[in-house]
Amino acid sequence: MSEEKKNAKTVLRELQDRIAQDAWDAKKRGEKVGWCASNFPQEITTAMGISVVYPENMGAAVGAKGGGQRMCEHAEGLGYSADLCSYARINLAYTDLKECPELEIPFPDFLLCCNNICNCMIKWYENLALELDIPLILIDIPHLEEESCDADRVKYIRAQFDDCIARLEAITGKKMDYDRLREVMAISQRSSRAWLRAVGTMANVPSPFSGFDIFNNMAVACVGRGTVEAAEAFELLADEYEALAREGRSSFKGEEKYRILFEGIACWANLRTTYKALQSRGINLTATVYGPAFSFLYQNLDELMAAYALVPNCNCFERELELRVRDGLQNKVDGAVFHMNRSCKKWSGNLYEMERQFREKTGVPTVIFDGDQSDPRCFSEAQYETRIEALTEIMEAGKGAGRNG
Amino acid sequence: MADILTMGMDVGSTTSKCLILRGGKDIAASALIPAGTGTSGPRRALEEALEKAGLKREDMVCVTATGYGRATFPGADYTVSELSCHALGAHALDGEAKTVIDIGGQDAKALCLGPEGKLLRFLMNDKCAAGTGRFLEVMARVLEKDVSDLAEMDALAAGMTPISSTCTVFAESEVISQLAKGADLCDLVKGIHRSVAVRTASLMHRLGVEAPVAMTGGVARNAGVVRALEKELGTPIRVSPLAQLAGALGAAIYGWRKQGERE
Repeated sequence: MSEEKKNAKTVLRELQDRIAQDAWDAKKRGEKVGWCASNFPQEITTAMGISVVYPENMGAAVGAKGGGQRMCEHAEGLGYSADLCSYARINLAYTDLKECPELEIPFPDFLLCCNNICNCMIKWYENLALELDIPLILIDIPHLEEESCDADRVKYIRAQFDDCIARLEAITGKKMDYDRLREVMAISQRSSRAWLRAVGTMANVPSPFSGFDIFNNMAVACVGRGTVEAAEAFELLADEYEALAREGRSSFKGEEKYRILFEGIACWANLRTTYKALQSRGINLTATVYGPAFSFLYQNLDELMAAYALVPNCNCFERELELRVRDGLQNKVDGAVFHMNRSCKKWSGNLYEMERQFREKTGVPTVIFDGDQSDPRCFSEAQYETRIEALTEIMEAGKGAGRNG
Repeated sequence: MADILTMGMDVGSTTSKCLILRGGKDIAASALIPAGTGTSGPRRALEEALEKAGLKREDMVCVTATGYGRATFPGADYTVSELSCHALGAHALDGEAKTVIDIGGQDAKALCLGPEGKLLRFLMNDKCAAGTGRFLEVMARVLEKDVSDLAEMDALAAGMTPISSTCTVFAESEVISQLAKGADLCDLVKGIHRSVAVRTASLMHRLGVEAPVAMTGGVARNAGVVRALEKELGTPIRVSPLAQLAGALGAAIYGWRKQGERE
């Protein structure tokens, strides 16, 4: 059977669609399906052959397709505060409405929560468990204050990991095959290494691709990295980027005049506006925490536990800062754009200090703008434009004096 | 270059400022109309400045638009952000200024200047209108005063009635409730000014305050706010009589420099 070779973008999009369809098919077959937090150890469900879907991804997609405000307003009408995360509000509105024209996901039989991405998420999932009267499995990963994840923490997380498997076996009737788990771990490593290889090409000048593409590709990195198809797709992506880099070419539209770090979740509801303001000025995104965020590197089960404690949102400020400074310097940024994401308490809480220290340590100009991941009411196009324009003027003026850093 | 005329047009959210510059240095004429983008203000400011100078638009070598409505101002040769223009303008008004506070109709900016008025870094207020000119307008309306009366009232205050809300709407309610309690109007004005100063000072501290500090924008005309800010920052603030025209001046200088690069 011969088939024209597809590019990585197409393969990733089709894979994302297939993973979503798999969940619907599993539901139709009468299998138990879960809702899952984005940083939950996917190795468990992938190895057990359990379908899960990701409300955070749904929140992003609904935001991008223009349904964010309507869903958020519905949730607020139910009594949820407008200060809550818009992913949570969209999902809670969907739970109430049972429909959403922009995107629907199968309703869950159980919930998998992991607070290494956000502690507010626990309350969101507890509420879902109550509303839907279904079991909630929480893997609690303590916030890391140290440079590494110590043995006690590994033991604590491992105990929950084992408990989660036992509970999932009881809920779904599927057994964990530990040989299969090791296989999934190996595949996940392959995916993570390929993902890092792909995003690592951003260090080239010009970067071989438009950095906003990461916001699209990371969906599969989040939901499917334990599958061979995902590993192959990311290897294809990395190969494509490396080929472009070798030829000095880029898929970024126009000349890459400036390179920036974009801090925070994308404004899905205003993705085009936020992108165009940058792209039209020749500004390419070449650094984002999403580069390293979905790479979980480990050699064995204990290291897997540690890897899930070392994800960006679970770390102390100093590590988070170091990650961004290193990423920014490696990828030769001329400036940085910080998204004050009103939804995300974890991300916006230390944003002013993150911006100040990043600016001082890298020497590049920075700008902060107000917005939200999926609630368009928090974003002002005119304010964003002014800030980006001024940042561009500073970067332009700085070019004469050579790159900062 | 010595005699060429460049025009700077600062189309703000509440006022329109036009300034004609001769040779990148001498102000030939200026005009300020209290109506901003989307109104007849920009056109009237342009016409008034030209009339004062006895010139025609064709006499301008270039027109540079800045401010909130810069993109919609017709016929501009250049559009530049108000951040860069205020930096240039503030430097032209006070060559020693290292840090600039600009409070306009709907935003507050803290600018750090390098040599020749080069903008090194900046911070702006978030989406909220608290601490901006609009905030003061709303408060003046509640007090049944004109915004231009506030500075004098502040100077007459014997004490201060603190306003703690940072939200414009909540602060308005707080002022109303203080009025109902019989608070002294001048003390209230002083409290309002302090709330603006505290909010602006936090922006300044995040940026890093390096003296000398200058202030531009419409709110710089309010000596009460300036005094309150000096107290919060612990440093004197320099205010030029042309502070409100700094953006338009910077735009005209920008145009002049661009002409220099071309020649």
